[in-house]
Amino acid sequence: MQLDDLYQEIILDHYKHPRGAAVIADASAMVDEENPTCGDHIKLNAALDGGRLARVEIDCQGCAICTASASMMVERVLGRPVGEVRPFSRAFVEMMRGGPEVPEEELGDLAALRGVRQYPLRVKCATMAWHALDTALRQLGA
Amino acid sequence: MLNPEHLRKDFPILAQRVRDGKPLVYLDNAATTQKPQVVIDALDAYYREINANVHRAIHRLAELATEAYEEGRRKIVRFIGAQDERTLIFTRGTTESINLVAHAWGNRHLKTGDAVILSEMEHHSNLVPWQLLAARTGAELRFIPVTERGTLDLDAYHGMLDARVKLVAVTHMSNVLGTVNPVREIIDAAHRAGARVLLDGAQSVPHMPVDVQALGCDFLAFSGHKMCGPTGIGALYAREDRLAEMDPFLGGGEMISKVTLERSTWADLPHKFEAGTPDISGAIGLGVAVEYLSAIGMESIHRYEQELTRYAVETLSRVPGLTVHGLAPERGGAISFAMDGIHPHDVAHFVDRDGIAIRAGHMCAQPLMRKRGVTALSRASLYFYNTRAEVDALATSLARVQEFFARATG
Repeated sequence: MQLDDLYQEIILDHYKHPRGAAVIADASAMVDEENPTCGDHIKLNAALDGGRLARVEIDCQGCAICTASASMMVERVLGRPVGEVRPFSRAFVEMMRGGPEVPEEELGDLAALRGVRQYPLRVKCATMAWHALDTALRQLGA
Repeated sequence: MLNPEHLRKDFPILAQRVRDGKPLVYLDNAATTQKPQVVIDALDAYYREINANVHRAIHRLAELATEAYEEGRRKIVRFIGAQDERTLIFTRGTTESINLVAHAWGNRHLKTGDAVILSEMEHHSNLVPWQLLAARTGAELRFIPVTERGTLDLDAYHGMLDARVKLVAVTHMSNVLGTVNPVREIIDAAHRAGARVLLDGAQSVPHMPVDVQALGCDFLAFSGHKMCGPTGIGALYAREDRLAEMDPFLGGGEMISKVTLERSTWADLPHKFEAGTPDISGAIGLGVAVEYLSAIGMESIHRYEQELTRYAVETLSRVPGLTVHGLAPERGGAISFAMDGIHPHDVAHFVDRDGIAIRAGHMCAQPLMRKRGVTALSRASLYFYNTRAEVDALATSLARVQEFFARATG
């Protein structure tokens, strides 16, 4: 089988070795999100230090796209100032829903997820972790 | 013997090509089935020739529309072996039918201390309405456990059937595990205990002969779109004595006899439960659909699907890393499966690239998924127009998915 245009190597690499992966008990999860249409499930914990995202841990029971997006997100936002993360997160989600392109250099590995836009039913898979992060940041008062 | 290749020609959509010219292999029939040309034509003819509101005006079109609508009802009554048109209420589908019973019958007959028995394999549509009823009335819900191979634990069922149980609401066939439940035994035991029985027939009525008189159920809920009919139409069968002890569900036009500003009296059965302008074209279309199914023969459909299901379970089980969920001896063609290390969403995506439509997700049965220790499964579900060649195409595609992920992530 030819390498699928959606399942690029970079996505499969994140799927295979998800960054920030952790086992999070239900009771200790800051955010516990389920996609009711497919059963994808993300638990997320985050902590700030001096206005920066000092810790992001994710427990993801999801498809390759969902897991890879979560992993790329951790890589992209860890150690970054909250003031930068929130607008980027919004722009990324907007782009995935058909909004304006985010410049390639800002996306990094996330650029590989742009192919998901050809499959409208799966855009949610690619944005779920970002919603979870957004919820966590609001809880942290960021 | 039923000839699927011949019958496929009745379904224009099945000749379609998808995803760069691949022939469509439609294996998501438990979600909704395709429609034969005769049903599509019936909808078209209704709007071109006789569209009018029913049971109201006295003009010619109203007469024709009313007659066609009621003829649809008569066909469906015959199809499920009921005797009286008064016992068949048109709804939007199984979900609305069950909600109708939960409100119109449940509100009046359940109170704190009473119990409703469901099972762990119910679709959300035969679970949530009862949760809401329990919250309204204080009644308790009890659940028949599901065994590892996917059957109901009948000993546990008999053990929980006491005098407090007023209703047993179970699925005739599981939309996830494919299990066909021994509903005759379940109904007889419930009746001996003084409880009423609702059958969720969404997955059984389309695939096997279902005779409400022979089964003796009090209520049967089913959907038109899962049996060659249009979306937006379904039905509730209820024994006439049950209907007589039910309050109206929705209030409005059509369901009344006499209305003053202060109060109203109700129309005769079944109109008492059909408020507002109904889905007229849907009822006509569903009537044509059951006629179409009857012409093939529900026995033939059932026999053919049994054979195809056996073949599909065997064939899929040979795919490396694939586990079929649901190994009940009595089963229909809803076949759910897991693949080692590959999420169902990814599975469904890959086979879709080969033009094959299957379902991935929790299939509206989250408690059952939790019980089986999974968050989601993939499901292929068959109908009489599916073929062994299509099952083979799915198996080949799944083996390639397995290979791809093994190489990419191994």
